[in-house]
Amino acid sequence: MTTIDAAEIRRRTQELLAAHPPATTDRTDFLKARFDAGLAWVHYPVGLGGLDASRSLQPVVDAELAAAGAPDNDPRRIGIGLGMAAPTILGYGTDEQKQRFLRPLWVGEEVWCQLFSEPGAGSDLAALGTRAVRDGEDWVVDGQKVWTSSAHVARWAILIARTDPDVPKHRGISYFICDMTDPGVEVRPLRQITGEAEFNEVFLTGVRIPDSRRLGPVGEGWKVAQTTLMNERVSIGGARIPREGGMIGTVARTWRERPELRTHDLHQRLLTLWVEAEVARLTGERLRQQLVAGQPGPEGSGMKLAFARLNQEISGLEVELLGDEGLLYSDWTMRRPELVDFTGRDAGYRYLRSKGNSIEGGTSEVLLNIVAERVLGLPVEPRNDKDVAWKDLSR
Amino acid sequence: MTAQTEAAHAPDLLYSETEEDLRSAVRSLLADRADAPTVIAGIESDTPYDLRLWESLAAGIGAAGLLVPEKLGGQGASHREAAVVLEELGRSVAPAPYLTSAVVATEILLALDTQDGPVGELLGDLAAGRKVAVLALPFATPAADAAAAMTGTLDRTVTGVAEAVAADVLLVPTAEGLYAVDRAGDGVTVESLVPLDLTRPLATVTLAGAAGTKLAEAGPAALAVGRGLLSGAGLLASEQLGIAEWCLTETVRHTRERHQFNRPVGSFQSLKHRMAQLWLEVVSARAAARNAADALAAGSPDAPLAVAVAQAYCSKVAVHAAEECVQLHGGIGMTWEHPAHLYLKRAKADSIAYGTAGRHREAVAELVELAAP
Repeated sequence: MTTIDAAEIRRRTQELLAAHPPATTDRTDFLKARFDAGLAWVHYPVGLGGLDASRSLQPVVDAELAAAGAPDNDPRRIGIGLGMAAPTILGYGTDEQKQRFLRPLWVGEEVWCQLFSEPGAGSDLAALGTRAVRDGEDWVVDGQKVWTSSAHVARWAILIARTDPDVPKHRGISYFICDMTDPGVEVRPLRQITGEAEFNEVFLTGVRIPDSRRLGPVGEGWKVAQTTLMNERVSIGGARIPREGGMIGTVARTWRERPELRTHDLHQRLLTLWVEAEVARLTGERLRQQLVAGQPGPEGSGMKLAFARLNQEISGLEVELLGDEGLLYSDWTMRRPELVDFTGRDAGYRYLRSKGNSIEGGTSEVLLNIVAERVLGLPVEPRNDKDVAWKDLSR
Repeated sequence: MTAQTEAAHAPDLLYSETEEDLRSAVRSLLADRADAPTVIAGIESDTPYDLRLWESLAAGIGAAGLLVPEKLGGQGASHREAAVVLEELGRSVAPAPYLTSAVVATEILLALDTQDGPVGELLGDLAAGRKVAVLALPFATPAADAAAAMTGTLDRTVTGVAEAVAADVLLVPTAEGLYAVDRAGDGVTVESLVPLDLTRPLATVTLAGAAGTKLAEAGPAALAVGRGLLSGAGLLASEQLGIAEWCLTETVRHTRERHQFNRPVGSFQSLKHRMAQLWLEVVSARAAARNAADALAAGSPDAPLAVAVAQAYCSKVAVHAAEECVQLHGGIGMTWEHPAHLYLKRAKADSIAYGTAGRHREAVAELVELAAP
């Protein structure tokens, strides 16, 4: 790590702003200049959008730029690229891959999706059956993926596929970068509980991926995927959340503005959830302070669990609070949103969509196992799949 | 109040190095002198308090004077440090009048005129561990009831006073003001009750023709008692955190070692999930308790909300952890010789002390304007 401090970071940020005034600079040009100045993700290496500086300095840059009204790179829209693809490419990619992919990914010119889960391999992800067979300089991929957010807008995908069925499941997987515009990639909307199709099914039929787009060694894709998944779950801890900043804010506002809806039972439940939401906010704040102080704790693995449960309970309460209105739903028309937007829709939508919070990105059951085994050190459950070749597993 | 704004005071939710040093000192003292068999033997004896342990904690380590400024004979530290002491006391459930004397009584005195006279002198005695003082109100009294407690005269009976048996001085609220009454003086009777929590004695205090030194008039006294009870509730959250932590740690230890069905019972998913859930609650309780201690230390206007949130949350966590501890220990958890029951009794009693979770949720409702129907 370099010795760059907050003052130096501030100086460089002001330099960028002086050379590219946000008011008169094209949005994409500004973002490219920011990447080239190393102010995209300061903890990344020099030349790849970073300055090899401490991660804790990023909020300094973000605050300076926000104060100057500079455009941001719409991190919600490119969340999978930022949170999952980028750290994996940085950790396992070749120099060519890093040069090719990181800048357009960060600027937002290229959106990424993630081709991991399959109809037969969700929580047991390593059981996946999508095959990649070597053919000269290429791999030929056949199989089906599911729950793929953003596949309909993505240019690239991170993909794991089975390259050796004759070894135990974790050892026969390789990790690739898949071009979503290639022949043989078919994206079909998967309509969900809310009526819209935020996810997709992706069918891969004879898709040719050059070996130069493999990440990490053949057969070690599971290890590479661990990097990706760890980063997926560690996304919390960046920004400070204000009090009543999440879903609890919406229901608290309704409570204050509409006294005619209040009942004693709902009051008790609202107060309990208000307290729990405030405590979850403080727990997130404590985790953030630990990261900044360079003492990361294991709390991150629990935060997703807490938020999933809270979102579900709060949105359920909100539907009840609304009474007659809670019986209605805004619109069942099938839509294809680019983003999941909890706050822009009605209570019924929030109630239904939040059911996914305890499933996506690792089910609550699997996360509780991870906490029990890796944080508390409880014994692992007996496993009968560890030494069996993938092809011999029952499915 | 607009609730959706960042709190005025940005809390520091971590532990400082000084706090960790203090923790080590308190923990090793309690490990040496107040392990579970010692505590169990103590509560069955005639002297629930190990006076030498209290002397070492209060005077030796200087824990009794943490909240008291140096010029008044204390350590000039803050609620953050006192909270760390309470985490460790919760972890050991050793009987010690820390919360009642070194926190609540001390805070009440600090809110009065400490310049001259009896208040400053008594504070010095408490800070040095020379004396123990307790507030003569029922242990369940929340800060919200402080003004209502300023009633009656020095001739009265108060039931459920925590640690009164260990007290040298009783702080008695009356309609005329707050009095310091010598526990050994004429007309003062302290009669032990049989408490649910064996590690924190309760007593009925009867004053009949007792004499006292007036410390403050009723108005300022009510504010001071309110401040004492608020700090008591806020730091009680740290004691509850310590209880919950001990219960989780011991339950994990036990279920890793105990074998049934040819496996450690801790390898069964139904048990693992319960312990993982407890862990989540414990880390959340830590954030809530640190926030309350920090807000009290900073004198933040946010302190009443931080305390109400911490109490509404941490009470429940401590009781849940202690109940799970008994259940997941199986038969041994129901025995007198295993210390799990001490933690369950302390946790349940603590959930009533200085106001129940429900009372604190009512405080939240008022502070963030979520009015009842």
